[in-house]
Amino acid sequence: MSRTRRLKLRVFRTAVFLVLGAFFLVPIGAMFEFSTRGNGVTAPRTLDAWTAIAKVPDLLPAISVSLQLAAITAVAMLVLLLPTMVWVRLRLPGLSRIVEFICLLPLTVPAIALVVGMVPLYRWIGPNLSDSILTLSFAYLILVLPYTYRTLDAGLAAIDLKTLSEAARSLGAGWGTVMLRVVVPNMSSAILNACLLAVALVLGEFTFANLLAFENLQVAILYVGLVSAGTSIAVAVASLLFAFVLLMILSFVGRPRERVAREEPTGIPGPFGPPAVPQGL
Amino acid sequence: MSDATTRRDGARGVEVRLEDLRRAYAATTALDGLTLTMSPGEMVALLGPSGCGKTTALRLVAGLEEADSGRVVIGGNDVTNLGANKREIGMVFQAYSLFPHMTAMNNVAFGMQLHKVGAAERRKRAGEMLELVGLSAHANKYAHQLSGGQQQRVALARALAIKPKVLLLDEPLSALDAKVRSRLRDEIRRVQLEVGTTTLFVTHDQEEALAIADRVGVMNKGRLEQLGPPTTIYSRPATPFVAEFVGLTNRLAGVVKSGEVEVRGARLPLVKPDTTDGPALALVRPEAVSVIADGDMSPGPLVGSVISTVFLGATSRVTVDLGDITVLAQMPTSNVGAITAGTRVRLSLRTDPVLVAQDDKAPTGA
Repeated sequence: MSRTRRLKLRVFRTAVFLVLGAFFLVPIGAMFEFSTRGNGVTAPRTLDAWTAIAKVPDLLPAISVSLQLAAITAVAMLVLLLPTMVWVRLRLPGLSRIVEFICLLPLTVPAIALVVGMVPLYRWIGPNLSDSILTLSFAYLILVLPYTYRTLDAGLAAIDLKTLSEAARSLGAGWGTVMLRVVVPNMSSAILNACLLAVALVLGEFTFANLLAFENLQVAILYVGLVSAGTSIAVAVASLLFAFVLLMILSFVGRPRERVAREEPTGIPGPFGPPAVPQGL
Repeated sequence: MSDATTRRDGARGVEVRLEDLRRAYAATTALDGLTLTMSPGEMVALLGPSGCGKTTALRLVAGLEEADSGRVVIGGNDVTNLGANKREIGMVFQAYSLFPHMTAMNNVAFGMQLHKVGAAERRKRAGEMLELVGLSAHANKYAHQLSGGQQQRVALARALAIKPKVLLLDEPLSALDAKVRSRLRDEIRRVQLEVGTTTLFVTHDQEEALAIADRVGVMNKGRLEQLGPPTTIYSRPATPFVAEFVGLTNRLAGVVKSGEVEVRGARLPLVKPDTTDGPALALVRPEAVSVIADGDMSPGPLVGSVISTVFLGATSRVTVDLGDITVLAQMPTSNVGAITAGTRVRLSLRTDPVLVAQDDKAPTGA
């Protein structure tokens, strides 16, 4: 590649990065600017709206339940979807189209229609099982299915699942061992991406919770906004930053680390493994 | 072929019996009553075209598929209803099957860990196994850092590390290039003789099967057509299918009479002397056909013109047009001399016993 071409490419990349950065940061910056305005046109900047966040009584519980919902949904999604998809790929390939159709179906149904359909279900769940907000994870599981299915499907397609699982079976592995020691480590990127999507979707979810009369983080922000617009915007910015930081942490903690041999009886230095290949996203 | 008697002392093979195994997929019968007994420490190669049922047979032994009927008996124990993980088998697959997230050493140690072998013993034995396949120096490499041949050798070490009762090889060389194939083929045989594990080797490559197996089973349409030592399979094929599948064959029209077949003026003994008299196709190997380029070339049933000569290394293959059919002859390259396309030649058929096909309507020729 010539030097001029390299330079052009670098300029192009920088321009794209700056435009996209502005696209995301300008609205957040504007929200931050709004949340720090004082009362009156000439009033000085103030962090009153931000300091008020800690004083909003229902906010911390709402953050807590949103996090719990995100965790429950992500775990339930993995427990339900991953073994099902592996089993369908290995034993019931004829069902793969049907499973795909079912998993992608929620994408085509508007959230409001889904909620309307679920109202009778939750009317029954409330008095008969539990009225806890954590029951929302049933609904969220359906909400995240299309996105997580696609991600996990891409991860499964990237490995020779049949051969690897048969090799493990021939070596004495039961199905649980095959899942935990062969399938999961070889598609850890896809699993992590699916979890990140589930967490992001649940943390930002408003319609289901509001229409089913539960108070999660987004609903709590709405209520705060009814009392104080500045505090509401401050909470929104804080929740965005919080979600961003959380996803960054999950991403860095969960990525497969460089693979270095653990057993080195020959004294030969272990070379690094392959770079993690992002899958699905 | 290597001799199974060179196996080292203390070999630990067990007898393996497949009894009337049947398996069908919808309307297709993949395996139609396969019965086969493998002696302890023996290597049997199942050879056949795609779809003949050889891989199905291997997968039934492995427990990766369930038989519709029949039994698999390993070391005297009926394992027909046992899962693959409980059959104590080692398997090397056609596709590269190393776990990508583990080093070669950890791949080899994986099975032992599942069999509750202690960490020290595990490490020691994994090291020995890698040494056995000549890959000690690559113990800490991942699959993507190894060549195809190296990956298959690690897979072999991994399969043997758990001290399996049976070793199953499912076309392990088919993804490799010719040179690596040949080298690894010999290495697999060396290792198998050294450890003495009863081995079932599935391949569609006749050269591979004939080169390393103690016995070769030729399969066709789910049935075992013939089982025997490689030399018998090649020189005394039991059926026309075996004769044509294993090696090249000339199909020459002739007449069976009194335990012999008369082909273009030559009388050849029969593999099966009790064959019914009448018209038949004699299946004659190219190496049983000699090409004579001097002497009397007056017209006759075995006189014709050379169409082509193909150099194969130590031997050459000569295609001769006899007017109504073409015949293949294989001879030492040193004897080819001035035989080139267009040369007038006379053929001579060696009086080896031949097999005949009597109900075959296929056209004659090479």
